[in-house]
Amino acid sequence: MSSISSVPAAVLNTSGGEGGGMHMPTLDELFPGPFWHIGDWFEFNRLDLVRVIATVALVTLIYLGARKTRLVPTRGQSTFELAMGFVHKQICEATMSPALARRYLPFIATIFFGVLALNITGVLPFLNVSSNSLVAVPMILAVCAWIAFVARGIKVHGLGHYLADNLFPKGAPKWMYVLLTPIEFLSTFILRPVTLTVRLMANMIAGHFLLTAFFVMTSYLLIDGGGLLKGVGLLTAAASFVFVCFEIFIAGLQAFIFAMLTSAYIGLAGEKH
Amino acid sequence: MLFIPPWDEVIISAVILAVIAVAVAKYGVPRYLKVLDERAATIEGGIKRAQEAEAEIAQIRSGLDGEKEAARVEAARVREDAKADAAAIVAEAKTKAGDEARRIQEAAQRQIESERRAAEVSLRQDVGVLASDLAERIVGESLKDSALASRVIDRFLKDLESQPVAGKGA
Repeated sequence: MSSISSVPAAVLNTSGGEGGGMHMPTLDELFPGPFWHIGDWFEFNRLDLVRVIATVALVTLIYLGARKTRLVPTRGQSTFELAMGFVHKQICEATMSPALARRYLPFIATIFFGVLALNITGVLPFLNVSSNSLVAVPMILAVCAWIAFVARGIKVHGLGHYLADNLFPKGAPKWMYVLLTPIEFLSTFILRPVTLTVRLMANMIAGHFLLTAFFVMTSYLLIDGGGLLKGVGLLTAAASFVFVCFEIFIAGLQAFIFAMLTSAYIGLAGEKH
Repeated sequence: MLFIPPWDEVIISAVILAVIAVAVAKYGVPRYLKVLDERAATIEGGIKRAQEAEAEIAQIRSGLDGEKEAARVEAARVREDAKADAAAIVAEAKTKAGDEARRIQEAAQRQIESERRAAEVSLRQDVGVLASDLAERIVGESLKDSALASRVIDRFLKDLESQPVAGKGA
């Protein structure tokens, strides 16, 4: 781990230039020491707290939005319906039939809102880190997505046909299967969940370091820098603002991509060939 | 380390995701779909009711049109009847008036005729008496013989009668 974590630290420290009182973020920050122990094996650290806060906030928002659903919605309900409608229409119905979209909406919505809530903590003051920078949540969700689309494929086509359709693409010459089958197996059954996991995690890690680097640079330049460097500090402050906006966008985008791809995989798995 | 999560990490994540899944999948989504369906049903019901009301209005309107047509025909009929009646009444009145006029005329003629006759008779008598008186006075005593006198008078009256009416005054 030390070799991995030293890379961004080294890069950022050279680009930061001034060194001295500036503490650039390292990957170690993602593995903070626990502040609460339950027994010998269960530890509760800062990122777990961030997760809990995000979850409580999400559950509260859903409760507030859905607590009194009426035909003529209140503002809260409208917002809730807008968010649900986005997942329903833009993600599920974009990749599946309307009936199937209704069936998978709970699953896809869980992914979308869960990922979004856990992502957005990366830009919230005092939380300042997304727990999706850790592999656990993306990995669990990717495994669930994998199970969902494989189950869908087996249910529609049967195990044999599903595997045959995916591993032995029709229309290719027989000898090509030597090449195609491993590639198809890798891309469909291995790379899909892996890319889902890594894409989300890497985006959150990158976002975290980007923001932290700008915040650290800004505070160092404005407080410790002299003369002209204070002016540069103002620039990095402006850039920080831009990158916070960008990270908000990324938080939403990654949630959308994760949900959209899962939905697409499920939709594709059930398609007739 | 970066890609292999420790077990407690996995457990906490799983619990967190389970809580989110319950909130979203068991609470949020069903309520969203329920209100969506209710709204769709309400809108469909509303559209259906509107169509029914439209059909009803069309039906009532066509009924009204029929009644209006019937009323128009009735009015035309009444007007025609009234015209016919008026013509009949006028014709009857004309006939009656003509008859009455004729009757009055006839009565008047009859009266004139009878009065003329009476006048003629009375005139004839008066003329006879006057002529007799005159003749008496002219002829005097010689004509006192009554038989002769009556013969003369009769002859005179005969002549008088044989003359046209216009000549009576002579």
